[in-house]
Amino acid sequence: MTDMLKEFKQSILISLWFVFLTFPLMVVRVNTTESLVEWRWMNMVWVALGSFILSYLWRYMLARQQARKKVADSGLEKQSKVTLLLEDATFRYRAMAVLLVLALIFPLAFDTYQSTIMISALIYVVLGLGLNITVGLAGLLDLGYVAFFAVGAYSYALLNHHFDLGFWTVLPLGGILGCLFGIILGFPILRLRGDYLAIVTLGFGMIVKIVLENWSDFSFGPSGIAQIDRPGLFGIDMDLAGSTIYIYYIMIAMVVFTILVTMRLRNSRIGRAWIALREDEIACVAMGIDMARTKLSAYALGAFWAGMVGVLFAAKTTFINPASFTFMESAIILSIVVLGGMGSILGVILGAFILILLPEYMRAFSEYRMLAFGAAMVLMMIFRPQGIISNIRQKYEYKGLQKETDNG
Amino acid sequence: MAEKHKFLEVKGLTMDFGGLRAVDSVSLEVCEGEIAALIGPNGAGKTTFFNCVTGIYTPTQGEILLHPKELPTRRLNGLKPNKVTEMGLARTFQNIRLFSDMTVLENVMIGRHCRTHSGIFRSILRGKGVREEEQQIVETSYQLLEKVGLADFATEFSKNLPYGAQRRLEIARAMATEPFLLLLDEPAAGMNPQETAELDQLICKISAEDRIAILLIEHDMKLVMNISNHIYVMEYGKKIAEGSPQQIKDNPKVIEAYLGEETDA
Repeated sequence: MTDMLKEFKQSILISLWFVFLTFPLMVVRVNTTESLVEWRWMNMVWVALGSFILSYLWRYMLARQQARKKVADSGLEKQSKVTLLLEDATFRYRAMAVLLVLALIFPLAFDTYQSTIMISALIYVVLGLGLNITVGLAGLLDLGYVAFFAVGAYSYALLNHHFDLGFWTVLPLGGILGCLFGIILGFPILRLRGDYLAIVTLGFGMIVKIVLENWSDFSFGPSGIAQIDRPGLFGIDMDLAGSTIYIYYIMIAMVVFTILVTMRLRNSRIGRAWIALREDEIACVAMGIDMARTKLSAYALGAFWAGMVGVLFAAKTTFINPASFTFMESAIILSIVVLGGMGSILGVILGAFILILLPEYMRAFSEYRMLAFGAAMVLMMIFRPQGIISNIRQKYEYKGLQKETDNG
Repeated sequence: MAEKHKFLEVKGLTMDFGGLRAVDSVSLEVCEGEIAALIGPNGAGKTTFFNCVTGIYTPTQGEILLHPKELPTRRLNGLKPNKVTEMGLARTFQNIRLFSDMTVLENVMIGRHCRTHSGIFRSILRGKGVREEEQQIVETSYQLLEKVGLADFATEFSKNLPYGAQRRLEIARAMATEPFLLLLDEPAAGMNPQETAELDQLICKISAEDRIAILLIEHDMKLVMNISNHIYVMEYGKKIAEGSPQQIKDNPKVIEAYLGEETDA
């Protein structure tokens, strides 16, 4: 109680301070034409109230955060209800089934516009899950991830333009090319860590974009490549709506595939090696894990998804140019991973939906988009640094485990 | 000593950092079934010596030879740490280096990495072989936890363990790599007498039951004198003495360099 009273007092002080600071701006107005001074006392009340509520809320959240941290440090951390629910396998399967059904009937229930938005959100889900391998699991900060996306998109656009290769042929090819570029980027930066690594990957992203912009003979420069074929379905001609729905289903399949593969990788010997690498490089190597191989595999497998979904992106928009692959895209994909929860597959999916769908549906506030985005990130880092949903731990069964001995 | 099989043979190991000679032509041997100890005042170069042997540093001069029983002799100079571990030489760290955001069981499971083989594609397909191997990893890791007395903590995060338990977990993790020689860097540092006594038993058990030779760096003289068969003493990067615990206790050079310093402090 005394704590609350203290917080209350502090908040009142802060609100008074804000009133004082904003007084000349918000309250006093000099009307020069009539030489009158207007006193807008109502504004003062609003400032006082607003700053008081915000300050109190801020303090309350901080205190809660501190308390939770204390509990976590003492090792008596109780798992939240959400985590417990998510760890229940039967619930998980049911939820997945429901979500899948909802996803499948979505384009039939809504119009083409909704499907298009959903496709771009799903593209970012795959991108987020791919980057999640590199950043979330292996802990290798990558600020140029969009380069691999560009590699995939351009490989389809160019192969389609020059050789008339179809979507389905290039789809795996785009992934493999992404992989190759991941390894190309990975080799020179095997020894780098932290800040240096981030700068090099940032540079890599820039290089790819600049090459695409300036090497006109190869990539058609800033004017881009138009009239890329949409995905084909046994040569059936489709109108725009039909093909949007078709791409939507391809995207759903791709997301399911990505989730399945990344989940299996994470819970495998390889995934554990990635996490160990993130936790402590020296100990990891001393335990017999080949650092070069583990790092390269993390880059390659992260880039694979970007390459593959890049092909689909080119097929969906039918026109690409370097402007689609700016640093801003890398930043958004990274934000998806960080906001969702590093290493957490479900978190990344949620993060992608929030970051991509919210701005779409809040077009009315589009001017404040970056402001809200920045504020959300800052608040998130202060109050929930582990992301929306932290990683769900894999359960192991072994002899001597009391609860599930019959599985032993 | 002559008829015993030498596991590790270090000849004239020298390590320079720029103008500083941290280890100066130190020779050392660890034989089968032996518990050897490397002691010396702080900054004597013991940990540097360990880092050279385990591949974290490449020594400036000298030979590090590993003689496994079934396999041919290998020269460890310049080998990467993960290769050294694959050869059968595992280590723990002076400043605990656990994977803090992984559970206790997962920490040990990492140690199994170099003895298992599922690659990326097989892990994605997750066939019968991979599942069986995974289960094998879990079971073996759990047995190791039982051995070091941490079975009850299996699902805890390693960062939440008490200090002594973290040290034992490091040993379990190192043992998961199936070494025939285990290097322990100050395993008793920061432990209370009770924990040290338990550690004493654990090290003897590992040596006797698993037939793993042990080389340890330690400041706890009681522990060293209790368990080791052979002791090497280092000071200012040089080896100043070696012998049985009794010989070391009576060696005036050692008393001057090591025990003498302690009475000063």
